[in-house]
Amino acid sequence: MRFQRNLWLVVFLTPALLLMVVFTLWPAVAALGYSLYSWTSFNREEFVGLENFRKLLSFPFRDDFLDAMRHNVLAFIGLMVIQNGLGLALAYALWKQPPLMRFFRATVFLPVILSLVVVGFLWKLFLDPLIGPITKLANMSGIASFAPLGDPTWALFTLICVNAWRWVGFPTLVFLAGMNAIPEDYYEAARLDGASEWQVFRQIMLPLLAPAFTTIIILTFIGSMEWFELPYVMAGVSGNPGGATDTMALMFYRLAFGAASEATSNVGVAAAISVILFVVVGIGSAIGALYLRRREVEM
Amino acid sequence: MNPSRSSNPWRRLGPSGIFLFGLLILNALGVILPLLLMLISAIKPTPEIFASPFALPQTWSLDNFARVWESGRFDLYFRNSILITVGAEILILAFSAMAGYALGRFKFRFNDAIYVFFLAGLMFPAKLVLVPLFVQLKEMGLINSHLGLILVYAAGGIPAAVFILTGFFRALPSDLDNAARIDGASEWQVFWKVMLPLVRPQLAIVAIYTAIPIWNDFLLPLVFLQDPTLKTVPQGLTVFFGEYATDYGPLFAGLTLAAMPLILLYLLLSEQFIKGLTAGATKG
Repeated sequence: MRFQRNLWLVVFLTPALLLMVVFTLWPAVAALGYSLYSWTSFNREEFVGLENFRKLLSFPFRDDFLDAMRHNVLAFIGLMVIQNGLGLALAYALWKQPPLMRFFRATVFLPVILSLVVVGFLWKLFLDPLIGPITKLANMSGIASFAPLGDPTWALFTLICVNAWRWVGFPTLVFLAGMNAIPEDYYEAARLDGASEWQVFRQIMLPLLAPAFTTIIILTFIGSMEWFELPYVMAGVSGNPGGATDTMALMFYRLAFGAASEATSNVGVAAAISVILFVVVGIGSAIGALYLRRREVEM
Repeated sequence: MNPSRSSNPWRRLGPSGIFLFGLLILNALGVILPLLLMLISAIKPTPEIFASPFALPQTWSLDNFARVWESGRFDLYFRNSILITVGAEILILAFSAMAGYALGRFKFRFNDAIYVFFLAGLMFPAKLVLVPLFVQLKEMGLINSHLGLILVYAAGGIPAAVFILTGFFRALPSDLDNAARIDGASEWQVFWKVMLPLVRPQLAIVAIYTAIPIWNDFLLPLVFLQDPTLKTVPQGLTVFFGEYATDYGPLFAGLTLAAMPLILLYLLLSEQFIKGLTAGATKG
């Protein structure tokens, strides 16, 4: 009986475990090793220790890499303010159950289901310097040359805004779920004490939303560090104009898969970037989770 | 009286009501107008898009769509995307339901360890292990193959699916499966006939949660599928944008074609989509 039960457990668990071991665990273990070898295209040569990391942090890769990393950090800050700030405001508005609440909730989430490739191309066409409807609007309102995607000062900011357009529904609904989970009595008590709406929001709701903040901050952090699709579609594989929108994932992709010639391809350095990305994402979200968890209050 | 419980929806909004309602309206316009503009531009000839971008088309024409469908090979891209997504979903749902059932309904020695192993899988998105995965698939003969991509997506979707389903199986009352066992049902029958039907709504949530990112994914097909006949919709779109360059009518038509199936599905099932896609981030 017991033997038979165990046999069934093996039958139930093996397929999922096998897929995970072969296509997740094994490549993840291998990834660490990859960064320690030199490579000619995808052929492994010899063990070089930390040489790939040294190369990444010296000429010619160093400046590109530090720039890319800076853009990832700027994207994180920008998305925290624009995307998640707007998300919080929209969640608060929805929480009040306004007229047409279901319509508003459905529209705010609609872009989240769209492919980033569709979203990226759509806004690229809208912002096209020749025919873009937004360009026309800008021209009509007196801005003679409007081309934010071609302008190094504005390109990254534009990508952050497009990212926010696509994603804002996600933090909105996570915050909304958090707000709905707070018992009504809490607000009631504060209001009876004569607290203003702002005080209730600031001193009752925000602290109790800490779990939702933890989730959103960590997911935004991971998304910003691994940012790839939108820059690739809207600004090209080298982060145009002039690398102003380059990210770590784009640089990784160029070095591993997107090289124009064998000479500029460097699988070893690319593997080093992916190890650094993994460590940044892993440590960043672990620290974030621990630190933010401690600030969460019990309801 | 508590304004947030008032039956008059305008009173519920409170003192900041006008500002908040304005924000919601602005946001809704910000979502709908761009998509509407995409649709309108798709049924206009290119010169008209130049001349009057915001006007309704003078002549409604499906020309752009016809050109896209013929030369853009969207029929092929859609077939490929559907094949890959459905293939990966079958594996994810079948294997995760089995594993979630074993972890949620049985006490055995390695239960916790295996559960943690699945959770750890959430930490390793394929993006980060792209190079070794590429080399490994090459050695297995799975580069330029839909099967290779299906297996990678399945492995990527299983951790979240197991996590969600284990919780639901655990919450079911314990006498259900035992009663069936006493009646002489085999373990497989208990799973297939008794337990699985009870988690069907949760299977739908898991399916949406895991299928949308696969359908929309761009990076993995970009790296793993180079043969033009194997490409997916997002990938095909980039090929298409390269070819048409400044012929804007067909470009808008291509975007509309690529976006429409999901938008229509969303209009029908928005509640399930919202529940499904936020399943990992909110409790319950």
